[in-house]
Amino acid sequence: MNTESFKKGLKDGIPVALGYFAVSFTFGIASILGGLTTWQAVLISITNVTSAGQFAGLSIIAAGGSYLEMALTQLIINLRYSLMSFSLAQKLEPQVSWYHRCLMSYGVTDEIFGLSASKEGKISPFYNYGCMCIAIPGWVTGTLIGAISGNILPGIIMSALSVAIYGMFLAIIIPPAKKNRAILAVVVLAMIISGLFRIIPLLTKISSGFVIIIVTLLVSCAAALLHPIEDENQSKENTEVEV
Amino acid sequence: MKYNIYLYILVMAGVTYLIRMLPLLLSKKELTNRFVKSFLYYVPYACLAAMTFPAILSSTASVLSATIGFIVALIAAYREKSLLTVALFACLAVFITEQCMTLFV
Repeated sequence: MNTESFKKGLKDGIPVALGYFAVSFTFGIASILGGLTTWQAVLISITNVTSAGQFAGLSIIAAGGSYLEMALTQLIINLRYSLMSFSLAQKLEPQVSWYHRCLMSYGVTDEIFGLSASKEGKISPFYNYGCMCIAIPGWVTGTLIGAISGNILPGIIMSALSVAIYGMFLAIIIPPAKKNRAILAVVVLAMIISGLFRIIPLLTKISSGFVIIIVTLLVSCAAALLHPIEDENQSKENTEVEV
Repeated sequence: MKYNIYLYILVMAGVTYLIRMLPLLLSKKELTNRFVKSFLYYVPYACLAAMTFPAILSSTASVLSATIGFIVALIAAYREKSLLTVALFACLAVFITEQCMTLFV
């Protein structure tokens, strides 16, 4: 065991844990609104550790979508993690064993990846374990406390709080859209097209989970074809959007 | 509910874990395809935008309060406030709107 890397990871993980707490608090509340129990909300956070994926999953559970829809939605939304894992694999010594690789995978989030990607040269799995040991408990306790609050707060407060997650999503996508016209086009188009799915007669029959998948694939493909990214640094900086 | 909640969670967790695990376990080479990299770069933005709109409009007790919350969140996000601040402003806007509606309607 590499104690030094582990301690460094713990320290770097503190701000991540605080950020996670705030976001997962909202997830806890949203879970209660979606009809889940506190335990189920916490279980999702322990097993998934991903914000957009968990919120999308929650909306599928609440709408009674199919398991296939759930699997596809998670695949599309969380596909970016595979890119991060590819990149992380480059930062490991080739002899790092399979069980370290399997254990590290559990904690590949935008923020933890961002931390390990910012390190010079090769990294030790213990650095990631350090980050995970502080950040993931932040994620889980935030969910727990959010779910408990969701059970005791009155209706009018809950109505106001249910907009919170969308506010957070906007806070993630709007600032980069201001600076990058391609991202702006992606955001605006995605909103317009998903809006059309709610008003065009036949399209309204498609469930919300599939609408998100279709719109994401369509708009991202178009953007990748029309405006491919230039260099690596740009993509690394901007993929750190959420958990 | 006709589906089992724990099976849902299992599917979610399983797919998410495999996405993270397989490249880390199997890859020895860097991803170089420009289209794939660009595609993955745009996915979070497209996805979050599609998840936000129009769902935000039906998230609260009334379309009016949700619309006002949406506009306030857009402005706060445009001014590059933190995630939590944007969320709180949106909540506050919804809360105030709904209080006003019970007073005047």
